[in-house]
Amino acid sequence: MTTSNSLVYLIALPLLGATILLLAGRRADKWGHILGTLMSGSSFAVGLYQLSQMLGRSNTARPVEQKLFEWISVGSFKVDAGLLLDQLSICFVLLITGVGTLIHIYSISYMSHDHDRRRFFAYLNLFIAAMLLLVLGNSYLNLYVGWEGVGLASYLLIGFWNQKPAYATASKKAFVMNRVGDMGLSFAIMIAFATVGTVSFAGIKEHAHHTSTAALTAMGIMLLVAATGKSAQFPLQAWLGDAMAGPTPVSALIHAATMVTAGVYLITRSNFIFDAAPTAQLLVVIVGAITLLFGALIGTAKDDIKKALAASTMSQIGYMILGAGLGPVGYAFAIMHLLTHGFFKAGMFLGAGSVMHGMNDEVNMRKYGALRKFMPITFVTFGLGYLAILGVPPFAGFYSKDMIIETAFNAGGIKGILLGSVTLLGAGITAFYMTRVMILTFTGKARWDEEAHPHESPLLMWLPMAILAIGSVSSGYLLSRGDALVNWLSPLFEHHGEHEELLAPIVVSALALGMVAIGVAIAFLKYSRQEVASVAPENVSVFTKIAREDLMQDRFNEAVFMRPGQQLTQVLVKTDEAVIDGAVRGVGKLAMGSSSLLRGVQSGFVRSYAALIFVGAALLIAAIWVVVQ
Amino acid sequence: MEFSAPVLNYTLLSPMLILLGGALIGVLVEAFMSKALRPITQLSVTLGTLVLALVQVWKVRNEQSVSAAMGSVVIDGPAVLLQASIIIISIISVLLIADTEHFTALAASLPGSDEERHALQTGNQVTEVYPLTLFAVAGMLLFPVSSDLITLFVALEMLSLPLYLMAGLSRRRRLASQESALKYFLLGAFSSAFFLFGAAFLYGYSASITFSGIRDAVVGGGGNDVFLLIGIAFLSVGLLFKVGAVPFHAWSPDVYQGAPTPVTAFMAAATKVAAFGAMLRIYYTSFANAQWSWTPMLTIIAIITMVFGSLVAIAQRDVKRMLAYSSIAHAGFLLTGVIALNKAGLEASLFYLFAYGITTVGAFAIVTLVRDSAGEVTDLNRWKGLGKRSPWVATAFAGFLLSFAGIPLTSGFIGKFSIFSAAYESGARSVVIAGVLSSAIAAFFYIRVIVLMFFTDPVEDGTSVEIPSSLTSITVIFSLIVTIALGVFPAPILNFISNLATFIR
Repeated sequence: MTTSNSLVYLIALPLLGATILLLAGRRADKWGHILGTLMSGSSFAVGLYQLSQMLGRSNTARPVEQKLFEWISVGSFKVDAGLLLDQLSICFVLLITGVGTLIHIYSISYMSHDHDRRRFFAYLNLFIAAMLLLVLGNSYLNLYVGWEGVGLASYLLIGFWNQKPAYATASKKAFVMNRVGDMGLSFAIMIAFATVGTVSFAGIKEHAHHTSTAALTAMGIMLLVAATGKSAQFPLQAWLGDAMAGPTPVSALIHAATMVTAGVYLITRSNFIFDAAPTAQLLVVIVGAITLLFGALIGTAKDDIKKALAASTMSQIGYMILGAGLGPVGYAFAIMHLLTHGFFKAGMFLGAGSVMHGMNDEVNMRKYGALRKFMPITFVTFGLGYLAILGVPPFAGFYSKDMIIETAFNAGGIKGILLGSVTLLGAGITAFYMTRVMILTFTGKARWDEEAHPHESPLLMWLPMAILAIGSVSSGYLLSRGDALVNWLSPLFEHHGEHEELLAPIVVSALALGMVAIGVAIAFLKYSRQEVASVAPENVSVFTKIAREDLMQDRFNEAVFMRPGQQLTQVLVKTDEAVIDGAVRGVGKLAMGSSSLLRGVQSGFVRSYAALIFVGAALLIAAIWVVVQ
Repeated sequence: MEFSAPVLNYTLLSPMLILLGGALIGVLVEAFMSKALRPITQLSVTLGTLVLALVQVWKVRNEQSVSAAMGSVVIDGPAVLLQASIIIISIISVLLIADTEHFTALAASLPGSDEERHALQTGNQVTEVYPLTLFAVAGMLLFPVSSDLITLFVALEMLSLPLYLMAGLSRRRRLASQESALKYFLLGAFSSAFFLFGAAFLYGYSASITFSGIRDAVVGGGGNDVFLLIGIAFLSVGLLFKVGAVPFHAWSPDVYQGAPTPVTAFMAAATKVAAFGAMLRIYYTSFANAQWSWTPMLTIIAIITMVFGSLVAIAQRDVKRMLAYSSIAHAGFLLTGVIALNKAGLEASLFYLFAYGITTVGAFAIVTLVRDSAGEVTDLNRWKGLGKRSPWVATAFAGFLLSFAGIPLTSGFIGKFSIFSAAYESGARSVVIAGVLSSAIAAFFYIRVIVLMFFTDPVEDGTSVEIPSSLTSITVIFSLIVTIALGVFPAPILNFISNLATFIR
């Protein structure tokens, strides 16, 4: 395989930025944001250079490797720290560094009034470095380091304003729920090591054919658990809404465009495991299907603009997970949706940030309205993202989402019809809640308070939004023209026979557009034709109440995990006090007892110490006597 | 009668010669330099000498010779690794010694006398501790490279005598310090007698004082096995005394507590490397073929040592005594490397010695920082809430303790893991089981200190943490970085050791 010495710079540059900014402290306050942006930007430049190199090679010789150092070598356990850049990881590298750099630029202005802007940029750079390590590691263990790194960066950034207890709690919640998923990843690594004997992607791929299906299924399920944690999928989805406590650029970068898609990366990267473990693959599809509806339903009832977008993210990642669970035909479409989603969702989050910026950090959409006139650029860029997520042709989402719906229908049999219907229904609900967001925010009557003075955001904020909007418009067409992305990724996946087509593509598109039209129409009737109350009405149906409560996800977690967990802890604490502490105290008492017995020996008198040495030597002689006899 | 001039390979001996030369310069400085310039000159001379010696060790790292000094000194891979470890540990210990706050102004004066007070008031601080350190380091370098019994004994005394003196130099609680020095001296002399007695028996067995001669006799057989066994046993008493194995450990808690803390750090870390180095060499070369005779003895001593050290440490209320018992337990863990008697065991021991030495100096460096108006505070109850008062210092100490406990991502874990797996491979199951169990017991008291520092509310009793001087900071930071780096990226150093770790015979 081709080797390259420059892969490490992708990670090293932002990591260096983070280190300098954290170590320099307040001294870097004046230029910290510029350095952070430059580091992210130069990493993007390295990524572009790598892409150009890659394009120059033939289809099968594109992956590049860089061995960094021998990481662990104890006995038979050897792991090298190495990087792997192939057709899949380059997509992520460019998304992470490209969107990342735009969000750095946006943050310069967005965070300009914050005393700790430098620290914010340090964390952003740290995140970029960790996320790049995640997608560039050539083994599950290297990936794991990045996986934990993004978890840390996400924790630090969600709790960036941790002076507010609620925000600190939100970051802790995200961290703890992610830990549950991380356990899955570590179990998967352990199973891989125990059964295959290696943890590198290449090694496991090579041995996957003669590894037992049971082991592969176990690995697959554990990887899925990991993916649900990081990507906020059912049943570990509850943290994402609270994660919106972080500054909005963070929500755009980490909790929409990049980190939360790590689960999709993990499953796609592990294609050789899932292809050989149909049960695990089926579970992936089920998780994706549940989540895409789950998120969409939550999205219909949220009045907080960021939480509505977060629910939408959850739902869209559900589409990707579902796509990835459909096997070789679905991987490429999952990645395509991931890339287009990276553009339009990041763009919409930045738009939401721009609205908040102009509205004194108000997040309740019921207090917005008629902002179209005051924020024309935000309105246009947000609107282009809106058209993209709806899947209106020729915007980006049309290409990627339609392909997933189509693949779902073609999965065959009842499964195909069920999955296809779920994805269609999801598209309709998406259209409803996104239209609701648009109407509540930008049109209708102004419902804001006296103090609000909505205004357009400065250049540094709207420029990234505009660039992302261009992506929302064009990325779908560019990636699917001549099956560009599918062909690009095809050497990585094993191909099976073509699936029969249940429905012709044109029919699927028509169905999807029909659902979208229905969703838009309902939202229009409900929110544009009627007066919108600036306080959320109380006398709503039980379904709305449940949706407002995030479909009871927190109550469920509290009832099923937290309270039994607390009881278990209490039992454990009691056991610990009675049994373990008892034993330890017993040992301690024994030690105390023996030390008081030995106090005669440790008396401080040299003569008794010398006697002890003498007795010891005599015992040695006695022992030798026994040996000789 | 003809005399032939001794043939010496000065290049290979140069690290030791440099140190002795530096020590002599130190003596002259002490005698003639004005009191204002003395401390800084001594420090520079000592550090310069140590660095020069380290450079010299690095230069000869690929050379091998059994006849560096007419067959009395052998230089090979393990020798280089041990010497380099000793010098590095000494350098960071000297940075602690540089804080004269710990040392009596005039060691020759009676405690509490006018003379002492006068010396203190006029700032006439004597600094003989530096040349003493260099003499001790020179002895420590010679100890693991000796290849006959006479040289081994000379090296043993050469490293011990300065240490006896250094233990008595404390500024606070001088009587306790002097008492511990005298105890150390008397017991050291007593164990040296055993050592010599053992050497005599070995000569009686093999008619040779060189390690290779003894080895040939063991391989050839035919000698009187009783002589061999008694020889090994008594020689071991001397060596086991130096490493502080039970039941020859009794001096160490008293001396660790009484000696000035920088000296304790130096003694605990560097002496252990030197003594285990010598022990590994003689057991791996001379006694290797008589394994049947000494394995049961060392196994029992190792098990008793680690269990005893771990158990008794629990009951300690003084941080220095706790570290002393912890060091006894670690001597037990290190003995498993001697028992393993294979290449993996040697590699693991060399890694363990270096890692443990560095961590030990770091831990004692932290002890020097926690003080009240009357000097260091070693009562563990007064360390309560240290994490709230000085989070950095407490975090560093917690790092060292976690390494002692063998928690993953610290050097202590890699050391324990490799030394136990080497012993397990060689079939020494019982000692590995005892090792793992006593590690678990030991983890209890290390973690108890962490709980004490971080999860207990501070008591307002005047205990404060000194702002570390830049020299002490260097020691702490260096030790912490090494402790963590060896835990996270052990591969390069393990490979380096693996390439060098073969005793030549």
